[in-house]
Amino acid sequence: MKLTGAEILIECLKREGVKTIFALPGGVVLKIFDMLHQQKDIEVVLTRHEQGAGHMAEGYAKATGKAGVCLVTSGPGMTNVITALADAYMDSVPLVCFSGQVPTSLIGNDAFQEADNIGLSRPCTKYNFLVKDVKDLAVTIKEAFYIATTGRPGPVLVDIPKDVSMDKAEFVYPSSISIRSYNPVYEGNKWQIKQAAEAMTKAKKPVLYVGGGVIFSGASQELIELAELTHMPVDMTLMGLGAFPGEHPQSMGMLGMHGTYWANMVMHYSDLVVAIGARFDDRVTGKVSEFCPHAKVIHIDIDPTSIRKNVNVDIPIVGDCKLVLRELIQILRATVNGDQRELRKPWWDQIREWQQANPLAYQQEADGPIKPQHVISRLYDLTKDRDPIVSTDVGQHQMWAAQYFKLAKPNRWLTSGGLGTMGFGFPAAMGAQAAFPGRLVLCIAGDGSIQMNMQEMATAVVHKLPVKIIILNNRFHGMVRQWQDLFYEGRYASSDLETTPDFVKLAEAYGAVGLRANKPSEIDDVIKEALAVNKPVIVDVPTYRYENVYPMIPAGGCNHEMILEDPPALKSKQSGTRQVAPKDSDTILTA
Amino acid sequence: MEHIISVTVENKFGSLSRIAGLFSGRGFNIESLSVAPTLDPSMSQMTIVTSGDERIIEQIVKQLNKLIDVIKVVDLNESDFVSRETALIKVHTRSEDRAEALRIADIFRANVIDSTPATYTIEVTGDPRKIEAIINLLQPLGIKELTRTGRVAVARELIRSTDVQAKKVVRE
Repeated sequence: MKLTGAEILIECLKREGVKTIFALPGGVVLKIFDMLHQQKDIEVVLTRHEQGAGHMAEGYAKATGKAGVCLVTSGPGMTNVITALADAYMDSVPLVCFSGQVPTSLIGNDAFQEADNIGLSRPCTKYNFLVKDVKDLAVTIKEAFYIATTGRPGPVLVDIPKDVSMDKAEFVYPSSISIRSYNPVYEGNKWQIKQAAEAMTKAKKPVLYVGGGVIFSGASQELIELAELTHMPVDMTLMGLGAFPGEHPQSMGMLGMHGTYWANMVMHYSDLVVAIGARFDDRVTGKVSEFCPHAKVIHIDIDPTSIRKNVNVDIPIVGDCKLVLRELIQILRATVNGDQRELRKPWWDQIREWQQANPLAYQQEADGPIKPQHVISRLYDLTKDRDPIVSTDVGQHQMWAAQYFKLAKPNRWLTSGGLGTMGFGFPAAMGAQAAFPGRLVLCIAGDGSIQMNMQEMATAVVHKLPVKIIILNNRFHGMVRQWQDLFYEGRYASSDLETTPDFVKLAEAYGAVGLRANKPSEIDDVIKEALAVNKPVIVDVPTYRYENVYPMIPAGGCNHEMILEDPPALKSKQSGTRQVAPKDSDTILTA
Repeated sequence: MEHIISVTVENKFGSLSRIAGLFSGRGFNIESLSVAPTLDPSMSQMTIVTSGDERIIEQIVKQLNKLIDVIKVVDLNESDFVSRETALIKVHTRSEDRAEALRIADIFRANVIDSTPATYTIEVTGDPRKIEAIINLLQPLGIKELTRTGRVAVARELIRSTDVQAKKVVRE
């Protein structure tokens, strides 16, 4: 039987097991929406902006491990979703984005709402397709899902001209696919793995440095086994949080610019760095020339370009983390005996010393202004038993969340790492909630970034996505303000937002629930109240405005040279603000 | 250091722009790039002349390999190779210069492929130094137009030890 392009698209999505797509219609995709309207297998979440659709698909993908799907129209629809594609590309999120295109006969004529979708998306997708003939549509979609989800995952765009969605063709969905020029390597080189195992048994001061690759590869179980077997400390990147249980005694927490003191010290003084699914980003390495000066480096990654891109690697292993770790464990099981613990005792003594010397700390006075770290600590304590999914935006609140919200399992942490996209958190949380309607999904946001995709509250209300948003409200672009205080002599150029909307009323205006904690003593009650509601909730928490994130490695600084607290000049400058509880007029101008 | 990289790609819409985009997006140099279909019309062969230190070249090769449309990448500098470039040079020739232009073409084993009373168009093929040399000699006459193909290159076939032995046997 012959089907239209629109019907073929829907049939393909069904065969790929897609249950939910995030979409916004427009002229050239009307046929596709018309067909989506007449079926019940795939839920269409109508977003208020295409960027929201893209981030929702990302959140869906990160929480489920499957490809997220979004559908946008041509021209502005496409340009709006670019940020999400670029974000997914940087963080290796499997995404399939369908964009509408003007009819093939009009391409290149500057038609209404025409944009060069292929040209626009080329540098921020793993691959992209323009379908010029409806006969190619099914195969193209199969290839798109295959490319997005295999190897190092990433976003793939399929551009569908209007006439292709209306033309008819025989529907045949290929059961398997092979692309001669695309053959990701999954099995690590056996010889290299043997070398790595040998280095790992000999090392006196080793560290496992793990990133998001472990999560996408589903290798958490193997990672735990390897860490326990070899008795090595585990440093996690921002993207790797959750790959290893945050409360495990061997967890060092996050490393890097705002990582824990000990996680960074462990890296700097180690004699063997075992990088697994991590890419030696500049926020981790700091000054590359002085990065891990004493260490041999083993690098396990599915993407060969990640290896030796930023730092030299002694034992490179190209392959899938899960398969490589399994092999490593197998070899180590046979060779490692009890003395690993003994061999590494001095190392662990040193680590425990570091941990005691400079723990993560903040001071919350009972009647003082609310400290943002305190909010996250309380949120963590009150929700950890419910195994929540946590999303964040980008900035100070993100770093505090990374430090204080200790994730127990993978696929619970939705954050924008590589691109650092403000406005990511809320739609990503909604995407995860759409995938898991019964789960608790938290979005930790700042007052600056939440306003970048606030419009999606309407989507959350309509689609009954009861995401709980906690806004750490300091009326600043806080991280910008922090840098200005530390490196620009305290000149707050365009970082002071001066006013923020009344988020409680804003939530109510959308038909959601708005709550506020004004004093430290109110935090617990407000969080509990939010958790009890089966609706989207904004919890607005006005916090101390001048709190800074520490430890901090200044950009381009060396990993063991961390700033651990406000420098004296800054302390005295802010001493006046430190003890004063916020006045109402301080927190909400409109209230 | 200069490297010549040979790339086999899918001969389809957008392949060239993906490769050009990779070089511009990551700040790699392209000195020249030439491309044409191979014997199998579904594939194209590219010769890219680029430069960079060892690490950059390693990244270029890896990043090219990572592109979905790329089938095969060979850094020709890793072994011995031969390369050639063709230039078409349109030279002004006053009547007293015409003989000189022909003499220069002759020295470089170049061909005159078009002629008008006031110009010769000369086709020359060789390594870049040869092209530079003929350009330098023709410049005083006045070069009206110059177009170069960029280099194409191919790895030298290895002489296998069995081949050599076979020859020895024949000699003996």
